[in-house]
Amino acid sequence: MTSILLVAERDEQGEINQSTLQAIAAANGLLDAVVTVAISGEAPASASALAVEKIVTLAVVSIADEGIYDQATAEISALVESTSPEVVIFSKSDFGSIVGARLAFRSDSAFAADCIEISNDGGDGVSVTRPVYGGSALAEFEIASKPAIVTLRAGSYEAGNETGSPSIEAFDSGASVEQAASVTGTVAEARDGVRLEDANFVVSGGRGLGGPEPFSVLTDLANALGGAVGASRAACDAGWIDHSHQVGLTGKSVSPDVYIAVGISGASQHMAGCSSSRAIVAINKDADSNIFKEARFGIVGDWEKVLPSFLATVRELKA
Amino acid sequence: MGIGITELTVRIVVLAKQVPDPETPPSQFKIDESTNTVIPPNGVPPVVNGFDLTAVEAALLLRDSGADVEITVMSVGSDFVMDAMKKPLAMGADRLVLVDDSGLDNIDSAVTVRVLAAAIEKDGPYDLILGGRQASDWDQAHVTLGLSEVLGLPLVSLVQKLELNGDSVSLQRVIPDGYQTITAPLPSVLTITNELGEPRYPNLRGIMQASRKKPEIFSLADLGISSDDLVPKLELKKLYIPESNKQVELIEGEDEADSGKKLALRLREEKLI
Repeated sequence: MTSILLVAERDEQGEINQSTLQAIAAANGLLDAVVTVAISGEAPASASALAVEKIVTLAVVSIADEGIYDQATAEISALVESTSPEVVIFSKSDFGSIVGARLAFRSDSAFAADCIEISNDGGDGVSVTRPVYGGSALAEFEIASKPAIVTLRAGSYEAGNETGSPSIEAFDSGASVEQAASVTGTVAEARDGVRLEDANFVVSGGRGLGGPEPFSVLTDLANALGGAVGASRAACDAGWIDHSHQVGLTGKSVSPDVYIAVGISGASQHMAGCSSSRAIVAINKDADSNIFKEARFGIVGDWEKVLPSFLATVRELKA
Repeated sequence: MGIGITELTVRIVVLAKQVPDPETPPSQFKIDESTNTVIPPNGVPPVVNGFDLTAVEAALLLRDSGADVEITVMSVGSDFVMDAMKKPLAMGADRLVLVDDSGLDNIDSAVTVRVLAAAIEKDGPYDLILGGRQASDWDQAHVTLGLSEVLGLPLVSLVQKLELNGDSVSLQRVIPDGYQTITAPLPSVLTITNELGEPRYPNLRGIMQASRKKPEIFSLADLGISSDDLVPKLELKKLYIPESNKQVELIEGEDEADSGKKLALRLREEKLI
């Protein structure tokens, strides 16, 4: 038997989010898996049909803890201490990355971040695979100590269709946490059009654009397609476009139907944020650039000459 | 404490890691699968992790704003290349502290955190501990987070802006659609994100000053740690380059404008637009 604690997260509607459903599929793939899902606050109705053994509801943490996660870490540490799971799984989200790491170092446990695969059929321990060197390589690790604490990259597993009838119980550590750092406010940045993460079309620009002005052409194309504008880290760091547009390992992850990369070399750090797109389209002057190894369609050429006719034809097709 | 350091000086330590140059072209990125190590590409020297240089920049911006700060850069490892490790000094940091020991070959992040914590306790106390958001080699992003737990200090991650106010620090923390404003006490542990801005280029004066500075070196023995005590929690079994079997379909028209038109028509044919 492998006892697994899976820390769930919610989407904007309060339902169990997609990454958590994928993590449940990963957990159920372990040998003789017995899965407990921990969720903060009252479990949503859909949770009662999850294909897991048990659901544990945790006391709701305060808004001031959001982003700091002192209370969340204390609560989940107490739950791990009292239930001694062999594996603890988080999504590789802001929450999971921070709480997972803090839990591991607080309890002197092994931690593997951003895993794309987890298994335990090869011996005593748990085996995980994670991308390293910005995605240029994969590393397979064995974790012998218990618990093994991991975060899973979204999209690494497909959510399953199985259902179950888990028992539901509440857990409250009773611990009171004195928070040293506190959130005093939240500033939402203005955004026009579709959210980058939700867009079906993303038009991204990189170093090859040479300056900030060409992003207006990319914006025209994104508008014609009903999509959003993205960028490589190089373009953002150069100040050509705001960092909120950055796609990649340290930016946003997108999975549109079509990802159009203009003047982007396709470094693995960038591809980590867009490789799950349905089709990648590359426009780049350099035929040897890495983006052509990742793209489904490509044009070797000068974007300044390619884009106007591409945009005009898109407008005609959409008219 | 160094010369000119008073009780009012805010002592900052910035964690820095030596990594293979992430700008190495993918064609030159190779792995020795018998030892599970990256083969250093010919003529491409290692660099300080770029995200850590952003953390150095954050400390320098505090100085630029008029704060009395002392900036120490700290790293653990072996085989340090001094030309690389001195870059933060050339940018304007005051000191470089290296825990340099052959017992620190191929360590995991659990060991790194333990050694850093011991070095910080020996060299400190510090008011701020800054780290980059992640390292460009193992992309783990948790050494700084783990350090806050081991040292028992408050943690704020993904900081894009910071301002000292007496015994606290006002922060902006990046979230997907904007940022949070956060107040943290001193001492605290912060991870700095690249939204802060690009690290400055060293000027000639900085490079000259850095060349005259010597790193202060600790061995594991200096920290009272035996290398036998440093047991990694993650055992690397296999390191390899994933195979890509994607085949690009190149669109070629009579000229580039024609290619653009053909591309749109091809995407429509595939019902993608």
